[in-house]
Amino acid sequence: MVEAHAIVKRYGPKTVLDQVSVAVQPGQLTSFIGPNGAGKSTLLSIMTRLVPADSGEVRLDGRPLSRYDSRELARRISVLRQFNHVPLRLTVRELVSFGRFPYSQGRLTKADEAAVERALAAMELEDIQHKLLDQLSGGQRQRAFIAMVIAQETDYVFLDEPLNNVDMKHTVQVMKLLRRLVEEEGRSVVVVMHDVNLAAYYSDRVVALKEGCVAFDGPARDVMEPATLKDVFDIEVAVGEVHSCRVCVYFAEAAQLLANGRAAQDVVVPGLR
Amino acid sequence: MGKAWLLAATVVLAVASLFSGVTPLTPADVLKGLSDVQVRVLVLSRIPRLMSILLAGMSMSVCGLIMQRLAQNRFVSPTTAGTLDATRLGILVSMLFFGAAPPLVRMLVAFSFAWLATWAFMRMLERIKLRDPVFIPLAGMMYGSIIGSAATYVAVQYDLVQNVSSWLLGDFSLMMRGRYELLYAVVPALVLAYLYANQFTIAGMGEDVATNLGLSYRAVVNLGLGIVAATTAVVVVTVGTLPFLGLIVPNLVSILWGDNLRRHLPVTVLLGAVVTLACDLLGRWLIFPYEIPINVTLGVLGSVMFLFLIVRRTAYAG
Repeated sequence: MVEAHAIVKRYGPKTVLDQVSVAVQPGQLTSFIGPNGAGKSTLLSIMTRLVPADSGEVRLDGRPLSRYDSRELARRISVLRQFNHVPLRLTVRELVSFGRFPYSQGRLTKADEAAVERALAAMELEDIQHKLLDQLSGGQRQRAFIAMVIAQETDYVFLDEPLNNVDMKHTVQVMKLLRRLVEEEGRSVVVVMHDVNLAAYYSDRVVALKEGCVAFDGPARDVMEPATLKDVFDIEVAVGEVHSCRVCVYFAEAAQLLANGRAAQDVVVPGLR
Repeated sequence: MGKAWLLAATVVLAVASLFSGVTPLTPADVLKGLSDVQVRVLVLSRIPRLMSILLAGMSMSVCGLIMQRLAQNRFVSPTTAGTLDATRLGILVSMLFFGAAPPLVRMLVAFSFAWLATWAFMRMLERIKLRDPVFIPLAGMMYGSIIGSAATYVAVQYDLVQNVSSWLLGDFSLMMRGRYELLYAVVPALVLAYLYANQFTIAGMGEDVATNLGLSYRAVVNLGLGIVAATTAVVVVTVGTLPFLGLIVPNLVSILWGDNLRRHLPVTVLLGAVVTLACDLLGRWLIFPYEIPINVTLGVLGSVMFLFLIVRRTAYAG
């Protein structure tokens, strides 16, 4: 279990995180949602020792992160941040191979090669594995970075907006893969994302942040309540069901229809039924 | 284009270097048996010169490569980050305060200056965050000029201008037995660079990626700066400045092969040797029996290449 306990983080006069406590359960997919500037990315960075907290503590299995050896930690927790602008001319395979660094320090063993193969296959990158990163589209590059973190084979995987620049097809592919990591390999995945529908559908648990505080923390399905979502995002949201899957519509018409007094269910895009 | 071609080019140029010079000496002479004079020329002058070209060329290229990874900018090199100028200032200071100190002391002082100036430049880069990658080497050259003007000021005060300007010019014509052996000190630096090549590549992906992979980013940066400062100090103390070498060689390697430091360190080393040998030979042949110092040939080639890199940056540099 990775626990953040009473985390406080300030940037200048602004308090980004105010006494936030969150526990990431093993074997679950947890999503952090919330409006821009709510502190999701900062929380993720603190929980993965990329950024120090002003006060509070992060523990992995009861032991503070600071008490772990950095290489040992790199085999337990991996993290991918949002902006991966790497101006290096590396091939996809070379990049993914660096995910094995905590194990092999660069001299890949058979087991390392196998892990790299699995990660490449999982992200469907085999065809372009020998291409250089600067020849790829934004989405392909993003998937290459995700593959690097997957090759790291850690118990906990933290991803900051991994769906940036990724098209619909590959969004689904990435989310399905993350589900597989959780269900088949028993790994724990934490994702910062903006799409509430994806978060609610694919996650086990959702943590919503707002202005540096936890606004919601519970089973993913429960977040899909108009009142909860309105509280978190400050806009009117309509929630309905499609094939027993809760979805929300948050753009202008939804609020309009709600204002006109129509039931939330009717707002659901009819074509989907 | 591969290692084999580069290796062949290195060997051909190295042989050409051995048999170029005022004293007649040809490969045929070697087969026929050398005269005493020829043996002495070979042992005292030609071989030391070849060795110093190889060592200096290889190590300065690797220095540039490491600096570019650590700064995450393709245009950073000892020439464009104040390292060379600080090394010269260091040599000047050691001459003033330690008089006739042995080369080793001079080298240590030069190393300290090189390390400090490069470290300060890297810290500045972290702070200012210039978005346009081309501004960074330009800022670095200004920074170097400021350090250089300090050196000139001190030199004028103590009537040492000629000494300082002689260190400005990299020149292999003075490399003889007894004067170049200090250069072997770059060999451990090269070995370290190879052993930690993966670490440097990872550091080149940024502090977050490095931390995620369990690396201490600061430690890697400090090691890299140490290698760069030590190598630059050794080369400038013995040979003089080799401008742009650390800039053009790594960039050519990147364009032709890629940026995996571990995998491409051998070609970087070989290409560094080839470029240095070629520039040195050019200087020896153009106005034979006189010589143009390599500082000039390399400076011309390097600045043209630098301009070319800047022009194509939109398509390529990150």
